[in-house]
Amino acid sequence: MSLLELAGLDVHFGDFQAIYGLDLSLAQGETLAVIGANGAGKSTLLKAIAGQVLPSAGTITFDGADIGRLAAHRRVAQGIALTPEGRRIFPSLTVEENLLVGAHTKRPGPWSLESVYAAFPLVADRRTRLGGHLSGGEQQAAAIGRALMSNPRLLLLDEVSLGLAPVVVEQIYDALPSITATGTTVLLVEQDVNQALRVADRVQCLLEGRTVLTGVPGELRRDQIATAYFGI
Amino acid sequence: MNWINAVVQGILLGGLYALLASGLSLMFGVMRIVNLAHGALAVLAAYLGLLVVEHLGISPFLALVIVVPLMAGVGYVLQAGIFNRALAVGSLAPLLAAFGLSVVVAQLLQIGFTSDTQSLSTGSLGIASITITSDLAVGVLPLLIFVVGVLVIAAIQLFLNRTPLGRAMRAASDDPATVTLMGMDPKQIYALSTALAMATVGLAGMFLGMRGNIDPNYGQAMLIFAFEAVIIGGLGSLWGTLIGGIVLGVAQAIGSQVNPAYGVLVGHLVFLAILALRPTGLMQKVVTA
Repeated sequence: MSLLELAGLDVHFGDFQAIYGLDLSLAQGETLAVIGANGAGKSTLLKAIAGQVLPSAGTITFDGADIGRLAAHRRVAQGIALTPEGRRIFPSLTVEENLLVGAHTKRPGPWSLESVYAAFPLVADRRTRLGGHLSGGEQQAAAIGRALMSNPRLLLLDEVSLGLAPVVVEQIYDALPSITATGTTVLLVEQDVNQALRVADRVQCLLEGRTVLTGVPGELRRDQIATAYFGI
Repeated sequence: MNWINAVVQGILLGGLYALLASGLSLMFGVMRIVNLAHGALAVLAAYLGLLVVEHLGISPFLALVIVVPLMAGVGYVLQAGIFNRALAVGSLAPLLAAFGLSVVVAQLLQIGFTSDTQSLSTGSLGIASITITSDLAVGVLPLLIFVVGVLVIAAIQLFLNRTPLGRAMRAASDDPATVTLMGMDPKQIYALSTALAMATVGLAGMFLGMRGNIDPNYGQAMLIFAFEAVIIGGLGSLWGTLIGGIVLGVAQAIGSQVNPAYGVLVGHLVFLAILALRPTGLMQKVVTA
């Protein structure tokens, strides 16, 4: 059953076109990794799904409803949560307050302060620290926890590995099974291809705003992915 | 003893300045909006109080129950109708819009009420006093205003720190774009912040009218005093605004003690000294990474 359908999506920033006629299909409970180099349009794609940018053409269908023109703050109540690029933790709020702000829509579900702290012990240890005083890895874990607090049906993860040490990225992605175990559908965007292949059910590679490769991690060859990723 | 009396009166006056300035501090803290119409809106509240008192025949204290919520409503409409749109245009636009608003409000009040000074009569409470020593007496009304000022600032601080909406306001002041990802509309949060700020302005304006005389152009001076209180205390700190108000009030009172014409001037001089020596204010909020 398809939870998210993108058809013919065009996204512009002023005169610059970032995404060209993109199609994407995501089944309920799936984990899809969208990979690609810098400027491929991955973050723009997530922003369009979350509602921070509006598409110039094409449709975004979530659970059968067209949400293409729905305002961003209304999409959270529908069950879409984005962990933005760069974490964007509120610096003057404590970690616990950041999580509580994420729970604003009060959607019912398995995620609460207790369960987020259980899934991310790193975050639990830092709960009284100000957001601005966290390390990159702690911020990333807290940002994912904050998105989970809205009990989303679709969790969007934007470049979790950005600026983080590989061992920290590994730790964070280790928590992903506990998230998908609750039935959450995950769409993650990554430059780190290895991590993406490790956790995803399916992979879609973008290059300059267009899909150049889709497939299942086990069935795709390294050289196939490299060709698609770099566009050679 | 006259000097002690001056300091005490200055502290009590400072409570009123702090109450007046708290709304300005809140609006700047949450939305980075410098509300140049702040003083004019306080005077508007006082005139609204006058209308309520005249037409309903109730005391000014009872009129607060009508004027404060009314001003909150005015604040909500102002933010939703004017300031939110101005914020979308650019960071200078709200400043200009507020300036225009201050002129419009002052002129409308002048047309409606003439330039005659007026005040809200508080009857016997307005002249009651508590004798502390043979040389020192404290007015009941100024003391009441001071206590209300402190309580309001404490209440707003508690609201910001402990309630979900207060948390939302602090988050919106950090990062309004990410706040939308939490399912909240920053425009709505801003409108509620301004409503809260204008509620305090309603209180302050009414007290201004009770404590002294007002005229339609009184807002200009009040705006300057509110600014000075906020900046002396330090941007971003509500307790700082309280301290700033008190420092300003005491400076003005001591100046008046030297010579009645010097009161306001000494206040300005102290303000300039703070700007020169400690520009971030007396209680600068902790700056986070």
